[in-house]
Amino acid sequence: MKVLVPIKRVVDFNIKVRVKADQSGIDLANLKMSMNPFCEIAVEEAVRLKEAGVAEEVIAVSIGESVCQEQLRAALALGADRAILVETNEQAQPLSIAKVLKAVVKKEAPELVILGKQAIDGDNNQTGQMLAALTGMPQGTFASKLKIADGKAHVTREVDGGLQAVALNLPAIVTTDLRLNEPRYASLPNIMKAKKKPMEVLTPAELGVQLKATVKVLKVELPAERTAGIIVESAAELVDKLKNEAKVI
Amino acid sequence: MQRESMDYDVVVVGAGPAGLSAAIKLRQLAIEKEIGIAVCVLEKGSEVGAHIVSGAVFDTRALDELIRDWKEKGAPLNTPVTREEMHFYTSAKGSIKIPNRFVPAPMHNLGNYIVSLANVCRWLGAQAEALGVDIFTGFAAAEILYHEDGSIKGVATGDRGRNVDGSEKTGFEPGMELHAKYTLFAEGCRGHLGKQLIEKFGLDADSDPQHYGLGLKELWDIDPDKHEPGLVVHGAGWPLSEGDGSGGVFLYHADDNQVAVGLIVDLNYTNPNLSPYDEFQRIKHHPRIAKYLQGGRRVSYGARAITKGGLNSLPKMSMPGALLIGCDAGTLNVAKIKGTHTAMKSGMIAAETIVSAFESGDEGGSELVAYIENFKDSWAFQELRASRNFGAALHKWGVWMGGAWNFIEHNILAARLPITLRDRKSDHEQMAPASNSKPISYPKPDGKLSFDKLSSVFLSNTNHQQDQPCHLTLKDDAVPIATNLALYDAPEQRYCPAGVYEIVEQQGQPQLQINAQNCVHCKTCDIKDPTQNIVWLVPEGSGGPNYPNM
Repeated sequence: MKVLVPIKRVVDFNIKVRVKADQSGIDLANLKMSMNPFCEIAVEEAVRLKEAGVAEEVIAVSIGESVCQEQLRAALALGADRAILVETNEQAQPLSIAKVLKAVVKKEAPELVILGKQAIDGDNNQTGQMLAALTGMPQGTFASKLKIADGKAHVTREVDGGLQAVALNLPAIVTTDLRLNEPRYASLPNIMKAKKKPMEVLTPAELGVQLKATVKVLKVELPAERTAGIIVESAAELVDKLKNEAKVI
Repeated sequence: MQRESMDYDVVVVGAGPAGLSAAIKLRQLAIEKEIGIAVCVLEKGSEVGAHIVSGAVFDTRALDELIRDWKEKGAPLNTPVTREEMHFYTSAKGSIKIPNRFVPAPMHNLGNYIVSLANVCRWLGAQAEALGVDIFTGFAAAEILYHEDGSIKGVATGDRGRNVDGSEKTGFEPGMELHAKYTLFAEGCRGHLGKQLIEKFGLDADSDPQHYGLGLKELWDIDPDKHEPGLVVHGAGWPLSEGDGSGGVFLYHADDNQVAVGLIVDLNYTNPNLSPYDEFQRIKHHPRIAKYLQGGRRVSYGARAITKGGLNSLPKMSMPGALLIGCDAGTLNVAKIKGTHTAMKSGMIAAETIVSAFESGDEGGSELVAYIENFKDSWAFQELRASRNFGAALHKWGVWMGGAWNFIEHNILAARLPITLRDRKSDHEQMAPASNSKPISYPKPDGKLSFDKLSSVFLSNTNHQQDQPCHLTLKDDAVPIATNLALYDAPEQRYCPAGVYEIVEQQGQPQLQINAQNCVHCKTCDIKDPTQNIVWLVPEGSGGPNYPNM
């Protein structure tokens, strides 16, 4: 079985970002960039399937600038076999990404695509679902458990108020939730080996896809700052303030 | 437990200016002379530059030698120094502007650049990788490895994935041994391995104790109307003078409407009530500084200790199988308030020494005594020699008389005085009991120019993997309360710029709480703890601050 794992380069989760002065977006200059944590979980799950003898090949794919090769190398160091970068300097939105991925799916014909449920930068939570719609493949989103058996993907989904078990015919799409696994550390020898693993660089045009921005960002701003609290003397004063100052009761 | 190992010709510990310059020079020479030299650099930060914080005014002398076409190669040196001011702050409002002709000559900065040293290191890292250096970020060198004959064999990286009690979590990844013919220790000020080497090989037997400062820095976006790219402002005096401390303020106008503002506090201060962090917060209210910051927005915060003992405190830098370079030894030129160029040069000389040893058939493991000779023949050593009295004069006679001495020695006598001033008391021995020291009352931060510690640490993007063994260790668990609290009113609460140390009440008893996850890796606790009871060990790789543009 071939497993395709799309990954995204995002600002590292430790970084407190700041908004650009013109409010057009986040200032990313010289910030630490990493693989989206949910994508890391996807890579780990695919590598575990390979280690369990279920999958034969794990292919990592990313869409973006050439620096995304760093995150693809990180995926290779975690155990992916080869990588594909679809290189573009344009800001790719979920629908465009899903279209590119559809083309990659067509080219590689994987039986399983594992994606992060969302990226920590845009928090869109769209790409996996859009890819499912475009390809017509069944989807198991927010997976906290994945098992391949009887030619099916058995996915335990984290839904509001509980867990839902679904069985998907292959080929299928799975998006990862936080509890699916805990990704391993890349070891030094594996980082060295990753440098020698194959990395194919394609363009959207070569895949016959044109990137289009369908969503326009009007403005990015910080949430309002929390003002300092006060200590009230009595319950009566609290009620009074809630009623007359905060006007919430 | 058997660890895996990898072999290199040279292993460099630390991707700062010294380590990266050494790695670059090694590969340049290997390519030029067509000899195979495999080099790797270990960096505990999550990426190159993540743990680098510096002013910084950058003297290009070493870089000019290392990468002549740095401009074409896109080095992030964008802001030449255009104007300089030096102030002496007499009080919270008052100040005297020192005329430029009375400023000691080494402190002049025209011809230098205002840079983010973190970004310079990111660029140096890319140059090194292009030359074939393997840089492993997120891997901390945790242990020195020795051959049976006592020479250095290399280092081992720390284990990853241990619980707080030391047991293995799922996904545990044991450390790895890196063996090398030569190991270069370039951890920066008070490297935890460098400290072990200095002790084991008695490298400081013939030198004075090392002296340190704690540098605190913030990056601000300021009002474009107040921004003067290339302006360098230095100052001394208030507020440190109030608590019998000393140090210096800097404010550099970089590009992009940003200024770097910071305070360096000499760590030989005696008053345990002194809080370097709070001193920094209040100096920003001085009109000379506040006028630039008002209406601006703080974007980053960081802190790091610096070595400033200079030549008199410089330990022997060679030992069998290894060299100590940059500020792991202490090559900062305190008169210039700059260490990057001398650190780089010390790394480049180390590379040259190693390559000529390899050329003459050296198999590694020897003591490269030639390094000391080569270093002594360099301009970096000449600089350190010329400024050897600078810090000692300030320590001995304070900023006015010491400053006057420095002016006379450097501007009139051109640093040719045949006298060496010495300063033989370690910084940690200087602390006076709290009962004999005057209290210092610091104003509450206003949330506009000054801030509390935790909101500052927040801006340093500091994180450590949870539940790992505490990397700030105590030799004796009783000392923090029985000695530090009783005698010095627990000064670690104040000298730590990241709020790591807190005295809390537990069942009516005071106890030291160590919030190790806040640690910004400045090493001040390891330096200033009066009883030297706190030992800084390296946490799991990738932990610590993530400084952007610092």
